[in-house]
Amino acid sequence: MEVREELKYTATHEWVRDLGNGLWEVGITDFAQSELGDIVFINLPEVGDEVVKEEAFGDLESVKAVSDIYSPFSGTVREINEEVVERTEAINNAPYEAWLIRVENVTDCVELLDAQQYQEVCDHE
Amino acid sequence: MSLIFELSKNSRRCAVFPDGGVHQYQLPEKFARKELDLPQIAEVDLVRHYMGLSRLAFGVDNGFYPLGSCTMKYNPKVNEETAALEGFTQIHPLQPAGTVKGALKALKQLQDALCDLTGMDAMTLKPAAGAHGEFTGMQIIRKYFVSRGMAERNEVIIPDSAHGTNPASAAMNGFRIVAVKSNENGGVDLDSLRAAVGEHTAALMLTNPNTLGLFDENIEKITRIVHEAGGLCYYDGANLNAVMGLVRPGDIGFDVIHLNLHKTFSTPHGGGGPGSGPVGCKAFLAAHLPDPVIGENGFEYSEDSIGSVRSFYSNFLVCIKALTYIKVMGADGLKRASQNAVLNANYLLHKIKDIYDVSYDRVCMHEFVLCLQRMKDETGVSAKEIAKALLDFEIHPPTMYFPLIVHEALMFEPTETESRETLDRCAKVLRHLHQLAYSDPAYFEGVPHKTVVSHVDEVKAARNPVLKYEKGTEASD
Repeated sequence: MEVREELKYTATHEWVRDLGNGLWEVGITDFAQSELGDIVFINLPEVGDEVVKEEAFGDLESVKAVSDIYSPFSGTVREINEEVVERTEAINNAPYEAWLIRVENVTDCVELLDAQQYQEVCDHE
Repeated sequence: MSLIFELSKNSRRCAVFPDGGVHQYQLPEKFARKELDLPQIAEVDLVRHYMGLSRLAFGVDNGFYPLGSCTMKYNPKVNEETAALEGFTQIHPLQPAGTVKGALKALKQLQDALCDLTGMDAMTLKPAAGAHGEFTGMQIIRKYFVSRGMAERNEVIIPDSAHGTNPASAAMNGFRIVAVKSNENGGVDLDSLRAAVGEHTAALMLTNPNTLGLFDENIEKITRIVHEAGGLCYYDGANLNAVMGLVRPGDIGFDVIHLNLHKTFSTPHGGGGPGSGPVGCKAFLAAHLPDPVIGENGFEYSEDSIGSVRSFYSNFLVCIKALTYIKVMGADGLKRASQNAVLNANYLLHKIKDIYDVSYDRVCMHEFVLCLQRMKDETGVSAKEIAKALLDFEIHPPTMYFPLIVHEALMFEPTETESRETLDRCAKVLRHLHQLAYSDPAYFEGVPHKTVVSHVDEVKAARNPVLKYEKGTEASD
């Protein structure tokens, strides 16, 4: 299982990438995709929607189950990754490239974990 | 096996129509479909085709079906006999109520029996299935608060082990969902519950025994916490088969319940059932039940009803089958059915728990949940593969990957109708598969091996579903 040094994480298995200029990217971690198995459907918000800290902003469906994806912060959705919606296998193949949403006007963020802290969370699952 | 379209040959017929005595009429060109492609087949081949298909189906009449949380108990044939009585089949839902008094009386008897069994004061048999019952029950709770000027009570608390339909039914009624964690015994964590309740709490939705097959011993504390916060308690009756005649939801603090006649009361489950999801409530909510209710004098209407919720009254013949079951079993029989359901689940669990990990090692109720994470880590064989391998032994797979809080979950519910021999055989097969997982994990590649259609590519089926036959794309196997 891969955890990347340059990313931040949540205890609910999302990763966060700071793109600069107040723009943030959110995806799900390698651990999350391997637990879910093959992802076959994804439901994301629309551009312009508000996401709320610790609330679900979308859901993922694998052959096992449907799981919520939680927002690490409150903010406005500027972009969604249409390519991932079309080809959900991208999340399984390259979870850290397959970002789901890009968020701006970010306020009120959860306490993000660094790679080492996140690794510990996974070890205890 | 061929599709019926592949058996089709031009000009084969299975019916000879009599002369209708009217002139043949040619449809105008613009209305005529050029390629309708209906299969053309002789009667004998048609009959053989569908008989062949029916032999491939697997139901409770074919073999052991321990599908957890679904209560696939045997459906006694006497149910079918009463439901086939002419007085029940030769009536129409649009007949004036005064001409179907016997049918209404039968429904009233079922309603009263279900009230007795659950400790509720009023009951509707209208909802068409379990999830529809949940939706109706939550609508009653919504109506209760809104009609009393308490619309700010808009939150519903649901444990993380709940059926997915619970949050869906609450959300469809405009409620916000607040999830509470399970404690180390698999029950509701009381501290999380205390933190979750408040002035916005409308209700708690709870299944007890829960989806882990465990009875929550704190149940009276739980319902008290919710009531003291001003909320109502909703009982999901999915697991009532564990407690009939032993515990009445109405006696332990529940205000609204739904039941599944197709689970607990031995009417067909699956294959289109159809289902039936009666909703019961305490007297203070009775005015909100769907219109009409069946009272002493037939149909009665209430100004404060939530409305109709569906056309006509109930899946009628399903209700007749459930009434038959209750009458045949009697109060004592229902209690013994639940006791045997619990005994059977514990028996099967004890036959395998020395080698399989159980999610919470307690005495279970009518079902139990195995956790196959260790097996997967050590052998690469997952819960899914064990489930599929069972098909080769003519055992229907248990529920997989539910509840979500257990990794690599397999949930078994044997039900009361299974013999000791059936349970022994299932345990033997499970032990055999466990041994195979460690000695020959390659065996599980492509399981099941003996079924007509073997390992299905579920991922491809979900990503690129082929939902209709097209000529020239004949199935390869």
